Amino acid sequence: MSAPSLYGLVLTGGQSRRMQRDKAALPYGGKSQLGRAMDLLAPQVERAFVSVRSDQVHEPSRSAFDTIADLKSDLGPIAGIHAALHAHPDRAWLVLACDLPFLDPATLRHLIAHRDSARIATAYRSNFDGLPEPLCAIFEPRSLPIIDESIGQAQHCPRSLLSRSDVALLDLPNARALDNINTGEEYAAAVSALDGAPRSASNGASRRLSVRYFALLREQAGRSSEVVHTQAATPRELYDELRRRHGLSLAPEFLRVAVNDEFGDWRAPLADGDSVVFLPPVAGG
Amino acid sequence: MARFSLHDTELQPQLLRQELQHPACGGYAAFEGWVRDFNDGRTVLRLEYEAFEPLAMREGERILVEAQQRFGIERLRCAHRVGPLAIGQLAVWVGASAAHRGEAFDACRYIIDEVKHRVPIWKKEYYEDGDSGWVNCERCATGSQAAHDQPPLTAR
Repeated sequence: MSAPSLYGLVLTGGQSRRMQRDKAALPYGGKSQLGRAMDLLAPQVERAFVSVRSDQVHEPSRSAFDTIADLKSDLGPIAGIHAALHAHPDRAWLVLACDLPFLDPATLRHLIAHRDSARIATAYRSNFDGLPEPLCAIFEPRSLPIIDESIGQAQHCPRSLLSRSDVALLDLPNARALDNINTGEEYAAAVSALDGAPRSASNGASRRLSVRYFALLREQAGRSSEVVHTQAATPRELYDELRRRHGLSLAPEFLRVAVNDEFGDWRAPLADGDSVVFLPPVAGG
Repeated sequence: MARFSLHDTELQPQLLRQELQHPACGGYAAFEGWVRDFNDGRTVLRLEYEAFEPLAMREGERILVEAQQRFGIERLRCAHRVGPLAIGQLAVWVGASAAHRGEAFDACRYIIDEVKHRVPIWKKEYYEDGDSGWVNCERCATGSQAAHDQPPLTAR
Protein backbone atom coordinates (compact mmCIF):
# COMPACT_ATOMS: atom_id res chain seq x y z
CA MET A 1 0.00 0.00 0.00
CA SER A 2 1.41 3.37 -0.93
CA ALA A 3 1.84 6.13 1.64
CA PRO A 4 -1.11 8.49 2.15
CA SER A 5 -0.71 11.60 0.04
CA LEU A 6 0.49 14.77 1.65
CA TYR A 7 -1.43 17.92 2.55
CA GLY A 8 0.17 20.96 4.14
CA LEU A 9 -0.86 23.09 7.10
CA VAL A 10 0.57 26.41 8.27
CA LEU A 11 -0.09 27.21 11.90
CA THR A 12 -0.58 30.92 12.42
CA GLY A 13 -1.32 31.06 16.10
CA GLY A 14 -2.74 34.13 17.71
CA GLN A 15 -1.42 37.43 18.92
CA SER A 16 2.15 37.04 20.04
CA ARG A 17 2.63 38.19 23.60
CA ARG A 18 6.38 38.61 23.23
CA MET A 19 6.21 40.29 19.79
CA GLN A 20 3.28 42.50 20.80
CA ARG A 21 1.77 41.92 17.36
CA ASP A 22 0.35 39.27 15.05
CA LYS A 23 3.29 37.09 14.05
CA ALA A 24 1.64 35.91 10.85
CA ALA A 25 1.64 39.47 9.51
CA LEU A 26 5.34 40.21 10.14
CA PRO A 27 6.94 41.15 6.84
CA TYR A 28 10.12 39.62 5.38
CA GLY A 29 11.32 40.84 2.02
CA GLY A 30 7.92 42.34 1.17
CA LYS A 31 5.89 39.28 2.23
CA SER A 32 4.07 38.43 5.42
CA GLN A 33 5.39 35.45 7.36
CA LEU A 34 2.19 33.64 6.49
CA GLY A 35 2.55 34.39 2.76
CA ARG A 36 6.15 33.28 2.83
CA ALA A 37 5.32 30.03 4.66
CA MET A 38 2.51 29.24 2.18
CA ASP A 39 4.85 29.92 -0.75
CA LEU A 40 7.33 27.45 0.68
CA LEU A 41 4.78 24.80 1.51
CA ALA A 42 2.40 24.85 -1.45
CA PRO A 43 4.84 23.46 -4.08
CA GLN A 44 5.70 20.51 -1.82
CA VAL A 45 2.18 19.26 -1.07
CA GLU A 46 -1.03 18.35 -2.85
CA ARG A 47 -3.02 21.07 -1.06
CA ALA A 48 -1.98 23.70 1.45
CA PHE A 49 -4.18 25.15 4.20
CA VAL A 50 -3.89 27.79 6.85
CA SER A 51 -4.87 26.76 10.34
CA VAL A 52 -7.04 29.33 12.08
CA ARG A 53 -8.88 29.74 15.33
CA SER A 54 -12.65 29.78 14.84
CA ASP A 55 -12.67 33.54 15.46
CA GLN A 56 -10.02 34.13 12.76
CA VAL A 57 -11.92 32.54 9.86
CA HIS A 58 -12.79 35.92 8.36
CA GLU A 59 -9.52 37.65 9.14
CA PRO A 60 -8.43 38.96 5.69
CA SER A 61 -4.74 37.92 5.66
CA ARG A 62 -5.78 34.36 6.52
CA SER A 63 -9.01 34.02 4.56
CA ALA A 64 -7.08 34.67 1.33
CA PHE A 65 -6.03 31.00 1.66
CA ASP A 66 -7.89 27.75 2.21
CA THR A 67 -8.40 27.54 5.94
CA ILE A 68 -9.13 24.88 8.52
CA ALA A 69 -10.67 26.15 11.73
CA ASP A 70 -9.82 24.67 15.13
CA LEU A 71 -12.45 22.33 16.57
CA LYS A 72 -11.26 22.97 20.09
CA SER A 73 -10.21 26.30 21.54
CA ASP A 74 -7.33 27.38 23.75
CA LEU A 75 -5.20 24.30 23.13
CA GLY A 76 -2.45 25.95 21.11
CA PRO A 77 -0.86 24.35 18.03
CA ILE A 78 -2.12 20.85 18.73
CA ALA A 79 -5.67 22.09 18.02
CA GLY A 80 -4.65 22.99 14.46
CA ILE A 81 -3.09 19.60 13.80
CA HIS A 82 -6.12 17.92 15.39
CA ALA A 83 -8.57 19.85 13.20
CA ALA A 84 -6.63 19.12 10.00
CA LEU A 85 -6.49 15.38 10.68
CA HIS A 86 -10.22 15.37 11.41
CA ALA A 87 -11.00 17.35 8.25
CA HIS A 88 -9.01 14.98 6.00
CA PRO A 89 -8.29 11.81 8.02
CA ASP A 90 -6.91 9.90 5.02
CA ARG A 91 -4.09 12.39 4.38
CA ALA A 92 -0.74 12.90 5.99
CA TRP A 93 -0.05 16.50 7.05
CA LEU A 94 3.13 18.47 6.66
CA VAL A 95 2.68 20.94 9.49
CA LEU A 96 4.65 24.20 9.64
CA ALA A 97 4.74 27.04 12.09
CA CYS A 98 4.56 30.38 10.31
CA ASP A 99 7.38 31.92 12.36
CA LEU A 100 10.33 30.06 10.81
CA PRO A 101 12.06 32.78 8.80
CA PHE A 102 15.09 30.59 7.98
CA LEU A 103 13.12 27.63 6.69
CA ASP A 104 14.19 26.74 3.16
CA PRO A 105 12.76 24.46 0.46
CA ALA A 106 15.67 22.02 0.89
CA THR A 107 14.67 21.41 4.51
CA LEU A 108 11.10 20.60 3.46
CA ARG A 109 12.24 18.39 0.60
CA HIS A 110 14.61 16.52 2.91
CA LEU A 111 11.78 15.92 5.38
CA ILE A 112 9.47 14.63 2.65
CA ALA A 113 12.18 12.48 1.07
CA HIS A 114 12.86 10.80 4.42
CA ARG A 115 9.24 10.50 5.48
CA ASP A 116 8.44 7.18 7.12
CA SER A 117 4.69 6.62 6.75
CA ALA A 118 4.86 3.50 8.93
CA ARG A 119 5.51 5.74 11.93
CA ILE A 120 3.27 8.26 13.68
CA ALA A 121 5.27 11.15 12.33
CA THR A 122 8.53 12.24 10.69
CA ALA A 123 10.26 15.15 12.37
CA TYR A 124 13.57 16.91 12.78
CA ARG A 125 15.64 16.58 15.90
CA SER A 126 15.99 19.90 17.70
CA ASN A 127 19.47 21.38 17.76
CA PHE A 128 18.77 22.68 21.23
CA ASP A 129 17.47 19.70 23.16
CA GLY A 130 17.53 16.73 20.76
CA LEU A 131 13.73 16.33 21.00
CA PRO A 132 11.41 16.18 17.96
CA GLU A 133 10.44 19.55 16.46
CA PRO A 134 6.66 19.30 16.02
CA LEU A 135 6.23 22.50 14.02
CA CYS A 136 7.99 21.36 10.86
CA ALA A 137 6.94 17.74 10.78
CA ILE A 138 4.80 15.25 8.90
CA PHE A 139 1.90 13.77 10.86
CA GLU A 140 0.55 10.52 9.44
CA PRO A 141 -3.15 9.58 9.59
CA ARG A 142 -2.26 7.04 12.27
CA SER A 143 -1.32 9.93 14.60
CA LEU A 144 -4.97 11.01 14.92
CA PRO A 145 -6.02 8.56 17.67
CA ILE A 146 -2.90 9.44 19.63
CA ILE A 147 -3.63 13.17 19.32
CA ASP A 148 -7.26 12.59 20.31
CA GLU A 149 -6.15 10.60 23.32
CA SER A 150 -3.56 13.18 24.31
CA ILE A 151 -6.13 15.99 24.15
CA GLY A 152 -8.52 13.80 26.14
CA GLN A 153 -5.87 13.58 28.85
CA ALA A 154 -5.38 17.36 28.76
CA GLN A 155 -1.86 16.95 27.37
CA HIS A 156 -1.51 19.67 24.76
CA CYS A 157 2.19 19.83 24.07
CA PRO A 158 2.89 18.44 20.59
CA ARG A 159 6.58 18.14 21.35
CA SER A 160 6.04 15.89 24.34
CA LEU A 161 3.45 13.93 22.35
CA LEU A 162 6.01 13.26 19.63
CA SER A 163 8.78 12.46 22.07
CA ARG A 164 6.58 9.74 23.60
CA SER A 165 5.58 8.32 20.21
CA ASP A 166 7.09 6.25 17.41
CA VAL A 167 8.58 9.04 15.31
CA ALA A 168 11.16 9.00 12.51
CA LEU A 169 13.75 11.56 13.65
CA LEU A 170 16.01 13.33 11.16
CA ASP A 171 19.03 15.58 11.55
CA LEU A 172 18.60 19.03 10.05
CA PRO A 173 20.53 19.50 6.82
CA ASN A 174 20.66 23.24 7.52
CA ALA A 175 21.27 23.80 11.22
CA ARG A 176 19.34 27.04 11.58
CA ALA A 177 16.42 26.22 9.34
CA LEU A 178 14.05 25.89 12.28
CA ASP A 179 15.31 28.80 14.40
CA ASN A 180 12.18 30.70 15.23
CA ILE A 181 11.56 34.17 16.45
CA ASN A 182 9.66 35.32 19.48
CA THR A 183 11.02 38.73 20.30
CA GLY A 184 11.45 41.98 18.44
CA GLU A 185 15.21 41.60 18.65
CA GLU A 186 15.14 38.14 17.10
CA TYR A 187 12.91 39.48 14.35
CA ALA A 188 15.35 42.30 13.57
CA ALA A 189 18.24 39.83 13.45
CA ALA A 190 16.31 37.53 11.14
CA VAL A 191 15.32 40.32 8.77
CA SER A 192 18.91 41.50 8.67
CA ALA A 193 20.27 38.00 8.01
CA LEU A 194 17.70 37.38 5.26
CA ASP A 195 18.33 40.73 3.62
CA GLY A 196 22.08 40.12 3.71
CA ALA A 197 22.62 43.35 5.62
CA PRO A 198 25.40 43.05 8.18
CA ARG A 199 24.72 44.13 11.72
CA SER A 200 27.37 45.00 14.24
CA ALA A 201 28.59 41.93 16.08
CA SER A 202 26.91 41.41 19.40
CA ASN A 203 25.38 38.45 21.10
CA GLY A 204 22.41 37.12 19.19
CA ALA A 205 23.16 39.21 16.11
CA SER A 206 23.89 37.85 12.69
CA ARG A 207 27.41 38.09 11.31
CA ARG A 208 28.58 38.18 7.75
CA LEU A 209 31.70 36.02 7.53
CA SER A 210 33.83 34.96 4.63
CA VAL A 211 34.97 31.37 4.77
CA ARG A 212 37.69 29.77 2.67
CA TYR A 213 38.09 26.03 2.27
CA PHE A 214 41.25 24.07 1.53
CA ALA A 215 42.18 20.50 0.66
CA LEU A 216 39.72 17.86 1.89
CA LEU A 217 37.31 20.48 3.26
CA ARG A 218 37.29 22.29 -0.11
CA GLU A 219 36.39 19.08 -1.89
CA GLN A 220 33.69 18.15 0.61
CA ALA A 221 32.15 21.63 0.70
CA GLY A 222 32.27 21.72 -3.11
CA ARG A 223 33.65 25.28 -3.10
CA SER A 224 36.80 27.23 -2.23
CA SER A 225 35.02 30.05 -0.47
CA GLU A 226 31.65 31.42 0.51
CA VAL A 227 30.06 34.28 2.39
CA VAL A 228 28.02 33.05 5.34
CA HIS A 229 25.34 34.95 7.21
CA THR A 230 25.25 33.32 10.57
CA GLN A 231 24.44 33.69 14.22
CA ALA A 232 27.42 31.49 15.09
CA ALA A 233 29.36 33.47 17.68
CA THR A 234 32.63 31.53 17.65
CA PRO A 235 34.66 29.55 15.10
CA ARG A 236 33.56 26.38 16.87
CA GLU A 237 29.87 27.21 16.41
CA LEU A 238 30.52 28.20 12.81
CA TYR A 239 32.33 24.93 12.09
CA ASP A 240 29.51 22.91 13.63
CA GLU A 241 27.00 24.74 11.43
CA LEU A 242 29.04 24.38 8.23
CA ARG A 243 29.93 20.79 9.03
CA ARG A 244 26.24 19.87 9.12
CA ARG A 245 25.39 22.00 6.09
CA HIS A 246 28.14 20.59 3.86
CA GLY A 247 28.59 17.15 5.39
CA LEU A 248 32.22 17.77 6.32
CA SER A 249 33.84 14.62 7.67
CA LEU A 250 36.65 16.11 9.74
CA ALA A 251 36.01 16.34 13.46
CA PRO A 252 36.91 19.75 14.92
CA GLU A 253 39.43 18.17 17.33
CA PHE A 254 41.69 17.56 14.33
CA LEU A 255 41.47 21.05 12.92
CA ARG A 256 42.96 24.42 13.70
CA VAL A 257 41.23 27.63 12.83
CA ALA A 258 42.59 30.81 11.29
CA VAL A 259 40.78 34.13 11.66
CA ASN A 260 41.85 37.03 9.45
CA ASP A 261 44.90 35.10 8.19
CA GLU A 262 46.29 34.27 11.63
CA PHE A 263 45.87 31.23 13.87
CA GLY A 264 42.82 31.82 16.04
CA ASP A 265 41.01 30.50 19.06
CA TRP A 266 38.01 28.19 18.62
CA ARG A 267 36.13 29.94 21.42
CA ALA A 268 37.03 33.57 20.72
CA PRO A 269 34.10 35.70 19.54
CA LEU A 270 33.84 36.34 15.81
CA ALA A 271 33.23 39.84 14.51
CA ASP A 272 31.19 40.89 11.52
CA GLY A 273 33.35 40.79 8.39
CA ASP A 274 35.90 38.30 9.76
CA SER A 275 37.48 35.84 7.36
CA VAL A 276 37.69 32.30 8.67
CA VAL A 277 39.66 29.27 7.48
CA PHE A 278 39.38 25.83 9.01
CA LEU A 279 42.74 24.12 8.68
CA PRO A 280 42.76 20.35 8.13
CA PRO A 281 45.76 18.39 9.44
CA VAL A 282 48.74 19.69 7.48
CA ALA A 283 51.17 17.59 5.43
CA GLY A 284 53.90 19.77 3.98
CA GLY A 285 57.45 18.60 3.36
CA MET B 1 68.05 37.40 6.59
CA ALA B 2 65.39 34.68 6.75
CA ARG B 3 63.11 33.79 3.91
CA PHE B 4 60.28 31.36 3.29
CA SER B 5 58.56 31.10 -0.10
CA LEU B 6 55.97 29.10 -2.02
CA HIS B 7 56.39 28.25 -5.70
CA ASP B 8 54.10 26.83 -8.36
CA THR B 9 57.08 26.15 -10.65
CA GLU B 10 60.12 23.93 -10.23
CA LEU B 11 62.45 24.88 -7.38
CA GLN B 12 65.97 26.02 -8.35
CA PRO B 13 68.42 24.76 -5.69
CA GLN B 14 71.41 26.38 -7.36
CA LEU B 15 69.84 29.82 -7.08
CA LEU B 16 68.54 29.21 -3.56
CA ARG B 17 72.00 28.09 -2.46
CA GLN B 18 73.57 31.30 -3.77
CA GLU B 19 71.39 33.31 -1.38
CA LEU B 20 73.13 31.65 1.57
CA GLN B 21 76.74 32.45 0.68
CA HIS B 22 78.40 34.74 3.20
CA PRO B 23 82.07 35.44 4.07
CA ALA B 24 81.47 34.60 7.77
CA CYS B 25 80.07 31.14 6.94
CA GLY B 26 82.29 28.08 6.99
CA GLY B 27 79.44 25.53 6.98
CA TYR B 28 76.47 25.08 4.71
CA ALA B 29 73.84 22.32 4.84
CA ALA B 30 70.74 21.74 2.74
CA PHE B 31 67.83 19.36 2.92
CA GLU B 32 65.80 18.38 -0.13
CA GLY B 33 62.41 16.67 0.15
CA TRP B 34 61.53 14.64 -2.96
CA VAL B 35 58.30 13.08 -4.12
CA ARG B 36 58.43 9.37 -3.26
CA ASP B 37 56.57 6.64 -5.13
CA PHE B 38 55.10 4.92 -2.08
CA ASN B 39 53.38 5.88 1.16
CA ASP B 40 51.63 3.86 3.81
CA GLY B 41 52.04 0.66 1.78
CA ARG B 42 50.54 2.12 -1.41
CA THR B 43 52.10 3.00 -4.74
CA VAL B 44 51.95 6.74 -5.35
CA LEU B 45 51.86 8.01 -8.93
CA ARG B 46 51.89 11.76 -8.33
CA LEU B 47 50.79 14.32 -5.82
CA GLU B 48 49.47 17.79 -5.34
CA TYR B 49 50.27 20.41 -2.73
CA GLU B 50 47.86 23.14 -1.72
CA ALA B 51 48.64 26.00 0.67
CA PHE B 52 46.75 28.69 2.55
CA GLU B 53 49.26 31.20 1.34
CA PRO B 54 49.06 34.22 3.69
CA LEU B 55 49.28 32.08 6.82
CA ALA B 56 51.79 29.64 5.30
CA MET B 57 54.13 32.54 4.56
CA ARG B 58 53.78 33.93 8.09
CA GLU B 59 54.21 30.61 9.85
CA GLY B 60 57.14 29.64 7.59
CA GLU B 61 58.83 32.94 8.34
CA ARG B 62 58.28 32.44 12.07
CA ILE B 63 59.96 29.02 11.90
CA LEU B 64 62.97 30.51 10.17
CA VAL B 65 63.24 33.28 12.78
CA GLU B 66 63.07 30.67 15.55
CA ALA B 67 65.84 28.62 13.91
CA GLN B 68 68.00 31.67 13.46
CA GLN B 69 67.67 32.61 17.15
CA ARG B 70 67.99 29.06 18.43
CA PHE B 71 71.08 28.01 16.46
CA GLY B 72 72.86 31.30 15.79
CA ILE B 73 72.55 30.84 12.08
CA GLU B 74 73.83 33.42 9.62
CA ARG B 75 71.51 32.72 6.69
CA LEU B 76 68.46 30.53 6.15
CA ARG B 77 66.16 29.74 3.29
CA CYS B 78 63.15 27.49 2.79
CA ALA B 79 61.18 27.07 -0.43
CA HIS B 80 58.11 24.84 -0.80
CA ARG B 81 56.24 23.73 -3.90
CA VAL B 82 52.49 23.99 -4.48
CA GLY B 83 50.49 22.44 -7.34
CA PRO B 84 50.98 19.08 -9.07
CA LEU B 85 54.27 17.21 -8.70
CA ALA B 86 55.65 14.06 -10.31
CA ILE B 87 57.66 11.30 -8.65
CA GLY B 88 61.25 12.41 -8.02
CA GLN B 89 60.49 16.12 -8.17
CA LEU B 90 61.76 18.49 -5.54
CA ALA B 91 58.94 19.34 -3.10
CA VAL B 92 60.76 21.32 -0.45
CA TRP B 93 64.22 22.83 -0.10
CA VAL B 94 65.83 23.98 3.15
CA GLY B 95 69.28 25.54 3.40
CA ALA B 96 71.31 27.02 6.25
CA SER B 97 74.73 28.59 6.40
CA ALA B 98 76.63 29.29 9.64
CA ALA B 99 80.10 29.72 11.07
CA HIS B 100 80.29 25.95 11.68
CA ARG B 101 78.63 22.81 10.27
CA GLY B 102 76.84 21.76 13.50
CA GLU B 103 74.44 24.71 13.58
CA ALA B 104 73.76 24.40 9.87
CA PHE B 105 72.76 20.73 10.17
CA ASP B 106 70.69 21.37 13.29
CA ALA B 107 68.86 24.30 11.73
CA CYS B 108 67.92 22.29 8.60
CA ARG B 109 66.53 19.50 10.72
CA TYR B 110 64.57 21.88 12.93
CA ILE B 111 63.09 23.76 9.98
CA ILE B 112 61.90 20.76 7.99
CA ASP B 113 60.38 19.15 11.10
CA GLU B 114 58.50 22.30 12.06
CA VAL B 115 57.37 23.06 8.51
CA LYS B 116 55.83 19.60 8.23
CA HIS B 117 53.81 20.08 11.41
CA ARG B 118 52.88 23.74 11.43
CA VAL B 119 52.69 25.34 8.00
CA PRO B 120 49.21 25.15 6.38
CA ILE B 121 50.20 23.10 3.35
CA TRP B 122 48.27 20.00 2.35
CA LYS B 123 49.29 17.03 0.24
CA LYS B 124 47.01 14.93 -1.90
CA GLU B 125 48.39 11.63 -3.14
CA TYR B 126 47.15 9.84 -6.25
CA TYR B 127 47.58 6.08 -6.06
CA GLU B 128 48.17 3.36 -8.60
CA ASP B 129 44.74 1.83 -7.90
CA GLY B 130 42.99 5.03 -9.03
CA ASP B 131 42.22 6.14 -5.48
CA SER B 132 43.50 9.38 -3.98
CA GLY B 133 43.63 10.89 -0.54
CA TRP B 134 44.68 13.87 1.55
CA VAL B 135 47.59 12.81 3.74
CA ASN B 136 46.80 12.89 7.50
CA CYS B 137 43.14 13.78 6.86
CA GLU B 138 41.37 10.64 5.81
CA ARG B 139 41.08 9.15 9.28
CA CYS B 140 40.11 12.28 11.13
CA ALA B 141 36.35 11.90 11.25
CA THR B 142 34.59 11.57 14.57
CA GLY B 143 35.11 8.30 16.33
CA SER B 144 38.37 7.34 14.65
CA GLN B 145 40.75 9.36 16.78
CA ALA B 146 42.71 6.30 17.87
CA ALA B 147 43.63 5.59 14.26
CA HIS B 148 45.26 8.96 13.92
CA ASP B 149 49.04 8.88 13.88
CA GLN B 150 49.73 12.48 14.74
CA PRO B 151 48.68 14.53 17.75
CA PRO B 152 45.75 16.92 17.41
CA LEU B 153 46.81 20.27 16.08
CA THR B 154 46.53 22.46 19.09
CA ALA B 155 48.01 25.92 19.35
CA ARG B 156 51.69 25.91 20.19
